[in-house]
Amino acid sequence: MKLLLHIAQNEWKSLIRGKWVIGYGLIFLLLTDTLLRFGGGGPEVLLSISNVMLLFIPLVGMIYGILYIYQSREFVELLLTQPIDRKTLYWGLFSGISIPLMLAFIIGSILPLSWHAILLQDPVAAAMVLGLGGVLTLIFVALGFVLGLAFYDDRIKGFGFTIVIWLFMAILYDGLILMALFAFGDYPLEQFVIAAVMLNPIDLARIMVLLEFDISALMGYTGAVFNRFFGSHMGIITASGMLAVWLAVPAWFGMRVFNKKDF
Amino acid sequence: MIRIENLFKQFGDLDVLKGMSLEIPEGQATGIVGPNGAGKTTLIKTLLGLVKADSGIIHVDGIKLNGNWKYRENLGYMPQVARYPENMKVSELLDFIKGLRNQEAVYENELIEQFNLGPELNKQLRTLSGGNRQKVGATLAMMFDPKILFFDEPTAGLDPQASHKFKQRVQQEKERGKTVIITSHIMSELEQLVDHVIFILDGKIRYYGTMESLLTESKETRLEGAIAKMMEVG
Repeated sequence: MKLLLHIAQNEWKSLIRGKWVIGYGLIFLLLTDTLLRFGGGGPEVLLSISNVMLLFIPLVGMIYGILYIYQSREFVELLLTQPIDRKTLYWGLFSGISIPLMLAFIIGSILPLSWHAILLQDPVAAAMVLGLGGVLTLIFVALGFVLGLAFYDDRIKGFGFTIVIWLFMAILYDGLILMALFAFGDYPLEQFVIAAVMLNPIDLARIMVLLEFDISALMGYTGAVFNRFFGSHMGIITASGMLAVWLAVPAWFGMRVFNKKDF
Repeated sequence: MIRIENLFKQFGDLDVLKGMSLEIPEGQATGIVGPNGAGKTTLIKTLLGLVKADSGIIHVDGIKLNGNWKYRENLGYMPQVARYPENMKVSELLDFIKGLRNQEAVYENELIEQFNLGPELNKQLRTLSGGNRQKVGATLAMMFDPKILFFDEPTAGLDPQASHKFKQRVQQEKERGKTVIITSHIMSELEQLVDHVIFILDGKIRYYGTMESLLTESKETRLEGAIAKMMEVG
């Protein structure tokens, strides 16, 4: 554990020295502050923030994860020859990269929220949006790691898959669900829609935000389905559980790949 | 002491190690040579734990390799390419590696002085010349006084003065009874540093013996000639 922290701390220092992650936090700070100043100044700004977050964070997380693997290749191989076990090294590197990214988003967003007193107005919504952004960061950095390790020698393929996966999950996915709904509209599709949402962490996060701001009613049939299922006690637990699975599975899978890989 | 029995490794469809067996006794200085793709790097990587063999047994210093890592406390490895996190300072890198290993860096100061790295300690690694980065790699490999030293193309990128200092250091380690293993394409470098040679071709060991007997057998006066002959025949 101490060793894990030692490795993670080294990455934190590196990242902060690189200043990139500070810039990332500043972008959210500027964005949130601008939205608050020009958008009426109420808790609805959280909705705008979440729209940006749901698009931006998965892309940044994955790219940062895969870039780290590609950039630090020789260094990681040197570390693999040290007398430490691979699992500790993996978790140290993973938390070293993902936690500063997560904190940059949270701190960058929370500062304007607090000085515009939004945190006092709607702390639950704020906590949910920030928490979801944090969770999405961890999920997609883990995915970036997995892609970097899987396409270790073929960077073009690795980056290609990253972009494609992001496009699919962040943009095309909902379109495809809608198309299915139109095509098979005569059939009972509630379970299909719910299952489809479960399979995409970005959609899960989006649903939770929509329910929190109670605008799912605007979405018609799908909104009603979500509200009926996810708005319920059972629904929120299921959604949170699925997000936890989304958090655990890529990270754990990344560890397995890292552990077994021939470097 | 290193013992390998019947090592096999396949990457996809490519057989890289085809039943390799060898024994390197403690305190021996050995050079590993062979054409690119012969299996030299893969062999070293299985000893270092970077690659897991498909079958075969490896013992390092009496410990059987089985996904374990503690045996690496007795290893020092200097990779061919010295790339480090760019904005890390030399001193920070040394401290980081020290924090990873549960061992004292007994030769740290000695090596820094010997390789003249003192003025570089507070500089970021990306500002260092390639030669200085190699020297940092050599320091990391040797500062914990490990029993077994692996050097992968060590003097590539070193200027004559640094190369000379490096060779002097390796001599010192040999005199201290360390097991030294060097992979290299530079035959003249090996002539100065090792007394045993392993020639690997096509995943198998084609020659393992003293440099002296290799030269005698091939009727060459220099290692390069002897190895070139073996590559032709193989």
